[in-house]
Amino acid sequence: MSICMPEPDAGVLARRAAIVAAMRAIVPGEGVIDDPDGLRPYESDALTAYRQPPMVVVLPETTTQVAAVLAWCHANRVKVVPRGAGTSLSGGALPLADGVLLGMARFNRVLDIDYAERVAVVQPGVTNLAITRAVEDAGFYYAPDPSSQIACTIGGNVAENSGGVHCLKYGLTTNNVLGVELVTIEGEVLRLGGRGLEPQGLDLLGLVVGSEGLLGVVTEVTVRILPRPETARALLIGFTSVEGAGKCVADVIAAGIIPAGMEMMDKAAVHAAEAFVQVGYPLDVEALLIVELDGPAAECSHLLGEVEGIARANGAVSLRTSIDDAERAAFWAGRKAAFPAAGRISPDYYCMDGTIPRRRLPDVLRRMRALSEQYGLGVINVFHAGDGNLHPLILYDANQPGQLEKAEAFGADILKLCVEVGGVLTGEHGVGVEKRDLMPVMFTPVDLAHQQRVKCAFDSELLLNPGKMFPELHRCAELGRMHVHKGELPFPELPRF
Amino acid sequence: MLRPANIDELCAIFANGGPLRLRGGGSKDAIGAETDAIVVDMRGFAGVVDYDPPELVLTVRAGTPLAEVQALVAAEGQMLAFDPFDHAALLGGTPGQATIGGVIAAGVAGPARLSRGAARDHLLGFTAVSGRGERFVAGAKVVKNVTGYDLPKLITGSWGRLAAITELTLKVLPAPQTQRTLVARGLDPAAAVAAMARAMGSAAEVSAAAHLPAWQGGPVTALRLDGFPHSVEARTGTLRQLIGGLEILDDGARLWDAVRHAAPLPAAKPLWRVIIPATRAPALVAALPEADWLFDWAGGLVWLATDADPQVLRTMTAAAGGHALLVRADAALRAAVPALHPQPAPLAALEERVRRAFDPAGVFETGRF
Repeated sequence: MSICMPEPDAGVLARRAAIVAAMRAIVPGEGVIDDPDGLRPYESDALTAYRQPPMVVVLPETTTQVAAVLAWCHANRVKVVPRGAGTSLSGGALPLADGVLLGMARFNRVLDIDYAERVAVVQPGVTNLAITRAVEDAGFYYAPDPSSQIACTIGGNVAENSGGVHCLKYGLTTNNVLGVELVTIEGEVLRLGGRGLEPQGLDLLGLVVGSEGLLGVVTEVTVRILPRPETARALLIGFTSVEGAGKCVADVIAAGIIPAGMEMMDKAAVHAAEAFVQVGYPLDVEALLIVELDGPAAECSHLLGEVEGIARANGAVSLRTSIDDAERAAFWAGRKAAFPAAGRISPDYYCMDGTIPRRRLPDVLRRMRALSEQYGLGVINVFHAGDGNLHPLILYDANQPGQLEKAEAFGADILKLCVEVGGVLTGEHGVGVEKRDLMPVMFTPVDLAHQQRVKCAFDSELLLNPGKMFPELHRCAELGRMHVHKGELPFPELPRF
Repeated sequence: MLRPANIDELCAIFANGGPLRLRGGGSKDAIGAETDAIVVDMRGFAGVVDYDPPELVLTVRAGTPLAEVQALVAAEGQMLAFDPFDHAALLGGTPGQATIGGVIAAGVAGPARLSRGAARDHLLGFTAVSGRGERFVAGAKVVKNVTGYDLPKLITGSWGRLAAITELTLKVLPAPQTQRTLVARGLDPAAAVAAMARAMGSAAEVSAAAHLPAWQGGPVTALRLDGFPHSVEARTGTLRQLIGGLEILDDGARLWDAVRHAAPLPAAKPLWRVIIPATRAPALVAALPEADWLFDWAGGLVWLATDADPQVLRTMTAAAGGHALLVRADAALRAAVPALHPQPAPLAALEERVRRAFDPAGVFETGRF
């Protein structure tokens, strides 16, 4: 692995048996795992290029146990890495050799559903899709829908501020969470927000969502649920140029239409997906758009006509409108299978997640093709076109020496390109370990110091998920004094990992 | 009063120490205790930096008047979807002074907040100078971003106690082609909240929902539909199947202006903005028989004009899962009662640490809150 984690603390490793015993005293029975075979399933999340078995896995069942584990670890200076279902694509749950891996999977109950307030109160180990399953009979759903929604947990969604294909219209996790119960590293149980529409005081709830497990451990989540739209219809539109597709997207939005979802696939992605699922995608196009509209039937049919007109005006060469939910699902099937389709044409693939201003798309794709030739690795592109969130999939073979490193370098160049054109390193997957060392591309040392001092306000000993998000581990006392002169960091002797 | 013209001057002012009170147009000066802190006027940071309507992103300097920003996006058929408003209508003073930076710093959002999200949901990124006298940026200028901590959420509604925002990037959205307001008359508070919950739980996509106990001679429960004409027509039918006796109100805009500014409530009593789970709102107003009130956000926001003991009011509100901001009161009451609802001790301590992270010397601690 080409990413460095903080050097394990030999003193902590030497105390392993005592630490395991302390954990067993708090979480009895099978909730503590310390044998090598038992630890192996936890050695990575969905970013499998990076692996590290944890020192011990702890699977608490109650908030009291979580608080006791954290308080003990704080008192004994032991690091803690929280984990939901382990579906992170950025290594957010990568364990530490000298750390406790705190798995929240046993917090799997839906606690309350209140249709009058339109909220559901759930434990963090409940899966994203299970929230919708719990409320769909009453005509409701939970809007954010990351592609891993069958498996990923709402606790992980809160940590990563997860998105999905519908977030242009319905927002990310942060726009759909009303409250959390949060346990601090000191073992204090706090409630941020609640069932009301706005939290009181500073918006610490907004800060905690997307904080990647660095600020606290969430033990309960209150989410907003929405009434299911009356209908949903989709259009499948092919273009002979990326420019035409990009112009179509801009014109749809300029016409005052915010589709429920608007996805673009490039030619390579269309071919890979069609070969995999055979849903009838046109193969003679350079770019394929899926536009989904939802709402009252009258609105959908009106807007379908509008979008169709805009597409034709921008040179669409093929256009199909879903006649029923089965056909709409078929339109989506290829897009949703893009990742496994990439897995079918290449031994390994590496999924990137930058966001760009949409108007820069043709330019960015052109430069990405040049990089692809430079590195000698293929790339296919799927793209949340409505909000500018790119998912290039870099194709490589980990068994070929040097290809993983090449794929990582190619990925880093793509993300730098995203920032250069006015975009960001990550639109929805999080920084984790993966993009940690690229943070200085987007932020100055002063910017990062302002973020790290927030971390210090919650966790002054840097025990919660260290080695994620920030490229350098400054001790909090030093950050407090730190003044950066002309972009040059003081304390050049500090370890940088 | 200091009026910095650029970031270097702002950094220099903060480096000199406080207490300093950050101020845009001063439209919310009457919120919080009066102080003798030096005012830092942020209106030197004005003007549009970048606006590309199809990208749904607007970057503007913080001291730009709200009215100017709203006119700019309206000319492109877009809107600030969180429905911000000028507090002059609530607190007195000259209309048109409110700045976009002040709106964000106070987290101002009107009736449409119910369906479209709060100010915090539309701030994508910002540039600011913290209490340390250092310029920093957070967030970004694209609509989807999770890179680093979401400091735009934290700074929204922080009332100038973390940093002085100099430039901000907002998500903008297409403005609806039509709006229609439907009203039911004669409902009591509990029936009104139940009707609004039914409407919000339906596929009618209600954009705003309010209940006024005395409007045009009696209680009025108002539901607003925004969107394309065909769609508004269809959803009117959906709502009528759900709630009996709905009629179309001709001057809907006037009603929503009144709700936004709590205009029907008497100016003589202290005015509170209570955020509460909607189903708890009827019991709250029933417990305060002398109070004047109205419900916005389907009951999730109670505007309350009352002489009730502030401590008692806040205890009742907190017991119902809510909190209360003191918006309008005479100087004596504002000196005695904090405008912001006090936090439980562990949260207050954490907030204090977060504030010190941005403002170690307390240059923004003016005593206003």
